[in-house]
Amino acid sequence: MKREFFSWQAAVLFACLVLAIAAPYMFSGYILGVMTMAFYLGVYAMAWDLLFGYVGEVNFGPTFLVGLGAYGAGMSNTLLSLSLWPSIGIGTAAALVGGMLLGGPALRLRGPYFGLVTLAAVLLLDKLIVVFAGYTGGEIGLTVMSFLTISSTGNYYYALGFVVLSAIVLRIVARSSIGLILEASGQDSVATEALGFNVTKFKLLAFAISALFSGFAGALTVFYLGTASPGTVVAVFVTIQIIISTIVGGRRSIIGPIFGAIFLIGAGELLRPIGQLSNAVVAVVALVVLLFAPAGLVGVFRRQRTSD
Amino acid sequence: MNLLIEIIVDAFVVGAIYALGAAGFTIIFGVSGVLNLAHGSIMVAGALVAWYCAVHLGIGIYLGALVGVAASVVTTYLLYWLVITPLNRTRSVDEEERPVFILTATLLVAILMQGVLNYLFGSSPVSTPTLVTGVFHIGQVTVPYSQLLIGIIAWLVIGALWLFIHHTRLGKATLAASMSPTGLAIVGYDIGRIHTMVWGLYGLLAGIAGVLLASFLGASAEIAVGLTANAFIIVVLGGLGNVAGSLASAYIVGTLGTLTAYLLSPSIRELPALLLLVLILYVRPQGLFGRH
Repeated sequence: MKREFFSWQAAVLFACLVLAIAAPYMFSGYILGVMTMAFYLGVYAMAWDLLFGYVGEVNFGPTFLVGLGAYGAGMSNTLLSLSLWPSIGIGTAAALVGGMLLGGPALRLRGPYFGLVTLAAVLLLDKLIVVFAGYTGGEIGLTVMSFLTISSTGNYYYALGFVVLSAIVLRIVARSSIGLILEASGQDSVATEALGFNVTKFKLLAFAISALFSGFAGALTVFYLGTASPGTVVAVFVTIQIIISTIVGGRRSIIGPIFGAIFLIGAGELLRPIGQLSNAVVAVVALVVLLFAPAGLVGVFRRQRTSD
Repeated sequence: MNLLIEIIVDAFVVGAIYALGAAGFTIIFGVSGVLNLAHGSIMVAGALVAWYCAVHLGIGIYLGALVGVAASVVTTYLLYWLVITPLNRTRSVDEEERPVFILTATLLVAILMQGVLNYLFGSSPVSTPTLVTGVFHIGQVTVPYSQLLIGIIAWLVIGALWLFIHHTRLGKATLAASMSPTGLAIVGYDIGRIHTMVWGLYGLLAGIAGVLLASFLGASAEIAVGLTANAFIIVVLGGLGNVAGSLASAYIVGTLGTLTAYLLSPSIRELPALLLLVLILYVRPQGLFGRH
């Protein structure tokens, strides 16, 4: 793959970034709120893409990591009365530790079993939150005491800064030799091991990085929304949103999932009038993308360049 | 004592329904390699259509059940022709990534179906009318005949499935297709036709399981994901593609769930099965009854 620093894709990305920075001067608080949520979803999806796009492992439990980050931070804030940033630190650490405990044994499994264990982990977390409702707030959710900031513009910039930072770090990881080894192990793990790389160790590293960003994003989301509830950070539906964002945006690109997330959250808002059917419509769109443009939005751009 | 009898009867019926649903799930995995995450949705689709026909169109539960099962078969074929086949044929997806794409696609189909079913039938759980009326007693416990009948029907269908697979040419070909598709093609079978038949068989089994479930525990689009997870757990415990193992683990999962529901709380019915799944996968990834 040729690497150019001043390609027109870079120009498009730069224009998007300028537009994003200028957005608070052009759009209403409502649109900023929608974008803020899309940015957080974008980070969940980017972190997921590192495993799905590069390693080819379907982690059905991204919300296990997001949920641990969110509840770790939320409960530190409410039960231990810690202030904002220490709580976020504990949440992120909880996601990292939980991710390693889950990923360590799970990544040794082959085939669909990894996906299964991660799915089971999410369903377990979901049930445990309801069972220990006294500490976690149960189905209704946990209301936290602190906020990132109360201004919608401030929240927007926090989310934007976070998404840009995450994209840069994840992109560097994905483009580094680590990313190459991960991609190689996704395509032929036996050959990669034969070359002397410990595939499981690299997968675990990818899982840890994914857990770090998912947990951090989950913790920030809680202090943006003011509550942690199973419906917003743990439910299987959130996992599906993550998967759809990644596929529509373009997997194995890190940047793509951000655009996928903006599309998904935006479509959700636009389709709100048709109620329950909105999810079905989004699912159909994602299916069509999967069938006819498996490389997603980013892939459509890429293909145009190669055909020029 | 009464509680024990209640639990045994309940577990007998639930286990039979789970076994039926999981049998289809494991056959379709064995033959076509698809882990169908829309499994629960297909079951629920059959159940809801049967309920709608029986209650709102007034054609009676027997005819309604038939239409419901037919609806499941039709949905299954739509999934097969519109999603699975194109994904199997497309050249823009790498061969080793195909299973991941198909897995994701079935998840999307599950979401699509949940939205449509919610829209058409509402999200509150419905129960189909009972097949027969009347009750009988075991000790002091009252058991409806219909409940017993559900368990018996489920076992009859499982028995018929067993006869089909082990004692008919087509059934043996199905089994062979799950072991070596190439070998089967060499001896002159049309693999495409076997697949078409197996997907129909799968729709049939899922539909019957769905309709029976709706008349015992009730059904709504909301329970679809849980049903898929359940089938997953059963099939993994039993070893993927192992039908007899699935039957045994369906009873383990069904009984565990029933015990939890009666002794602790109905809201955490699935919890012990999930814990068991995680434990088993760590200790014996090939399943309880699976070969390596």
